[in-house]
Amino acid sequence: MNLLLLILAPLVTAVAALLARSKWQVRWISFAGSVVQLILAFVLLFAFQNERGTGNATQMLFEQNYNIFPAWNINFHLGVDGISVAMILLTSFVVVAGVLVSWNIEKMTKEFYFLLTLLALGAYGFFISLDLFVLFFFLEIAVIPKYLLIGIWGSGKKEYSANKLALMLMGGSALVLVGILGLYFSSGHSFDLLSLSKMNIAKGTQSIIFPLLFVGFGVFTALFPFHTWVPDGHSSAPTAGSMFLAGISMKLGGYGCLRVATYLLPEGAKEYANIIIILASIAILYGAFATMMQKDLKYINAYSSISHCGFVLLGIGMLTKTAITGAVMQMVSHGLMTALFFAVIGMIYDRTHTRQVSEMSGLMRMMPFISTVFFIVGLCSLGLPGLSGFVAEMTIFMGSWENADMFHRIATIIACMSIVVTAVYILRAIGQVAMGPAKESFLQLTDAKWNERMAAAILVIGILAIGIIPGWLNELLKPASEVIMNKIGAK
Amino acid sequence: MNDLWILMKSELVITLIIFILLFIKLSRGMKNESLLALTQILLLANFIIGFFFNKQGSLFGDMFYTTPLIVLQKNILNLGVYLISLLCSGWLKKTPHLPEFFMLMLSALLGMFFMISSGNLLMFYLSLELASIPVAAMANFDLEKKRSSEGAMKMILSSAFSSGILLFGISLIYGATGTISFAQLSSQLDGSPLQILAFVFLFAAFAFKLSVVPFHLWTADVYEGSPIAATSFLSVISKGAIAFVFISALYRVFQPLQETWYIMLVILAIATMVIGNLFALRQQNIKRFLAFSSIAQVGFILVAISSNDSAGISSVVYFILIYVFSNLAAFGVASVITDQTGKENIDDYKGLYKTNPFLTWILTLALFSLAGIPPTAGFFGKLFLISAGAAKANYGFIIVVVLNLVISLYYYLRIVRAMFMDKNEQPVEKIKVTAAGKFALILCAAGIVLVGLLSWIYDYIVMINK
Repeated sequence: MNLLLLILAPLVTAVAALLARSKWQVRWISFAGSVVQLILAFVLLFAFQNERGTGNATQMLFEQNYNIFPAWNINFHLGVDGISVAMILLTSFVVVAGVLVSWNIEKMTKEFYFLLTLLALGAYGFFISLDLFVLFFFLEIAVIPKYLLIGIWGSGKKEYSANKLALMLMGGSALVLVGILGLYFSSGHSFDLLSLSKMNIAKGTQSIIFPLLFVGFGVFTALFPFHTWVPDGHSSAPTAGSMFLAGISMKLGGYGCLRVATYLLPEGAKEYANIIIILASIAILYGAFATMMQKDLKYINAYSSISHCGFVLLGIGMLTKTAITGAVMQMVSHGLMTALFFAVIGMIYDRTHTRQVSEMSGLMRMMPFISTVFFIVGLCSLGLPGLSGFVAEMTIFMGSWENADMFHRIATIIACMSIVVTAVYILRAIGQVAMGPAKESFLQLTDAKWNERMAAAILVIGILAIGIIPGWLNELLKPASEVIMNKIGAK
Repeated sequence: MNDLWILMKSELVITLIIFILLFIKLSRGMKNESLLALTQILLLANFIIGFFFNKQGSLFGDMFYTTPLIVLQKNILNLGVYLISLLCSGWLKKTPHLPEFFMLMLSALLGMFFMISSGNLLMFYLSLELASIPVAAMANFDLEKKRSSEGAMKMILSSAFSSGILLFGISLIYGATGTISFAQLSSQLDGSPLQILAFVFLFAAFAFKLSVVPFHLWTADVYEGSPIAATSFLSVISKGAIAFVFISALYRVFQPLQETWYIMLVILAIATMVIGNLFALRQQNIKRFLAFSSIAQVGFILVAISSNDSAGISSVVYFILIYVFSNLAAFGVASVITDQTGKENIDDYKGLYKTNPFLTWILTLALFSLAGIPPTAGFFGKLFLISAGAAKANYGFIIVVVLNLVISLYYYLRIVRAMFMDKNEQPVEKIKVTAAGKFALILCAAGIVLVGLLSWIYDYIVMINK
């Protein structure tokens, strides 16, 4: 399959949306574009599995390489392995759902969909590029649309949140830039991921560059203490903005930490692994306890995202094959789950015009569909078997347990404990919102419309597909995480 | 004889245009509108001629030399002047002394051409004067405004002062080495204290013209007072020309002193970026804002210059090309708005998107390009500047540079936020942009997007730089 299609499809969609005459056209163009992306992602998945099935064990498949800036040795180098395919699938799911839930946006519809599609473009490009310069290019493309999405269509203290988010993410990507340039000059002028992975970079250099890259990407994925943009950003963003932010853009960071920082700088990763584990454990616990104190549904999900993304970093820090596979699974699972969570919150807010948990009760009676989805996503978040959250977290814990020393054991146990806390806040929120007597003023509220049903259904299907039959995802990810871990020389 | 025509082609064409304008002025004169159209056509022709008949060589005993790279640099400036003549057409049409304005602008341009081509310190000094005195007159062109004359006065005083410093430096250099020819100078330099002192004086004069901190104090006032046509000329064309000369002087002539100027550049680059950025944060007037932002941009240019290899030259030339498009687009929008409403404050831009989506998109694109956000060309320009500077593996320096990139993002986003997000009871009314202005804005936007994505442009610069 030609990977350029994954960039062209959103590009064409974005331009077509700008040229459209009416809101109606914009919506349908964006929807059609997002469906095309979903189909492309599935075609990619099957083509990839086909290729692997025929015994093609090359690290990256469907490679394409164009030399664009020969003076700097910058190549437009594309290719995918199992991890990238999983992330692309995730992106396409979230994009379709995001486009569907934004159906009612009346203010500057054209610009809204344009920016949304641009963000998706950045994410696709990021996940398929094998050249650090191009990767950085797409990473930055994915930042500014968020600023505008939050600032223009957001709610609450949106200007403040938008600024904070843009500056923190740009600060993160500035560190990434320094790291990439460090790699470039210490490797004899190469930006190419694959050729960099074959080089032996001096240990001293690695221990300078690794923290730059890891912290830089870590800002995107809410690495403690650089997580402060998450609650503000998510809660101020419009529904689709939050979905994209938590579902796609936080995953850019996790993917970068894994693919760029850990893979290219194994010595650095070993050196800093313990610090990563400590920070991740803090994020997991802190996120979970902070969520307990929240009263606003969006804040609940934002803080729980910090906790869940902590698992991703914990898995990376454990440096075992199983844990890394789990980390990627957690990225996919959390992406689907949190996007669904925000979608549901958006649907509830559109009807009740409040996001305060205490002001809601008994929504189950008026909105059975929305409440059921809310239940599913809540249970997924607290790790009920049969849903994706369980599969991912279980894999991470199994991988962590392979490290037999006291330090790793304690970190694992701390992380496990957070699940109990998660259960407390999730069940409390769901109970309050969905159960109990229905409020008088809510009695005439209606259930989900067709677009909302479709959006929720797509994401629920994704969650179930991972939760019930996790084998395919495991098989997809395992060879790729083995390549990364073999380089480190871990179990 | 043939060589003279071809090597000095750019200068001769500009002189010709100046004479045409002069004769029109001296004869019966023309209506402003037709004169403007004529000048625009002449400038376009000049820009197109710039691509042909390029040859390498020197004249007048190495006083004047030219290479394909120099021709390209001159043509970038030609492009900038052409764009200014289109973008500011609203103001230019109204000005009572249009031929004089163009004559001044083109004389300054002529001075810059000679300056870029100069192979001798004396020639350099003469052309620098030719390039700066007309600009002071241009700054004074809003005749009824006090601020305009104030700006011009500041400009002429500070440029006279910097010329004095330059002359003093030149005389010291002559005393220390016995020559003022670039070709011979580099072999005479050995880093003796007298030579370093002389070099510092020369460096300071460059820093004045480039408005490097701490020689930047004249910039904001002059920018604010001058009419936008003069401001954009000053900030884009004149900065670009000085940057070209500066880099070739350092690399070609003062190469033996490179350890000295590396440290100087690093310190000044950091100071320039930090001060420029911090002052830009709080500006209310759009012209002052752009003045400080352009100071910060110069800081980034210095980063690349400090690399001391061919990547430094190519990335600076590339960046200036992008800078011409992005900064002129920003000034162009500001010029249109100021021209029609007289409003110059950032607060007046609040809610602009509702009434003027076209202008808002162009300004947004320009600001993103200045801030270095992809997919605009500014991203590539900035990144290549930083990459060139990073070649010395000076991590601390590069971290400071990229953090400045983030600070600068804050104030560029401030304007974007004003235009898209902030509410305003009385936004600027719908503005009718002239056809020429619209054409130029679209040209700039196209340049901002395409110069980065069409990577052969950079390759071309690298190729002729060899």
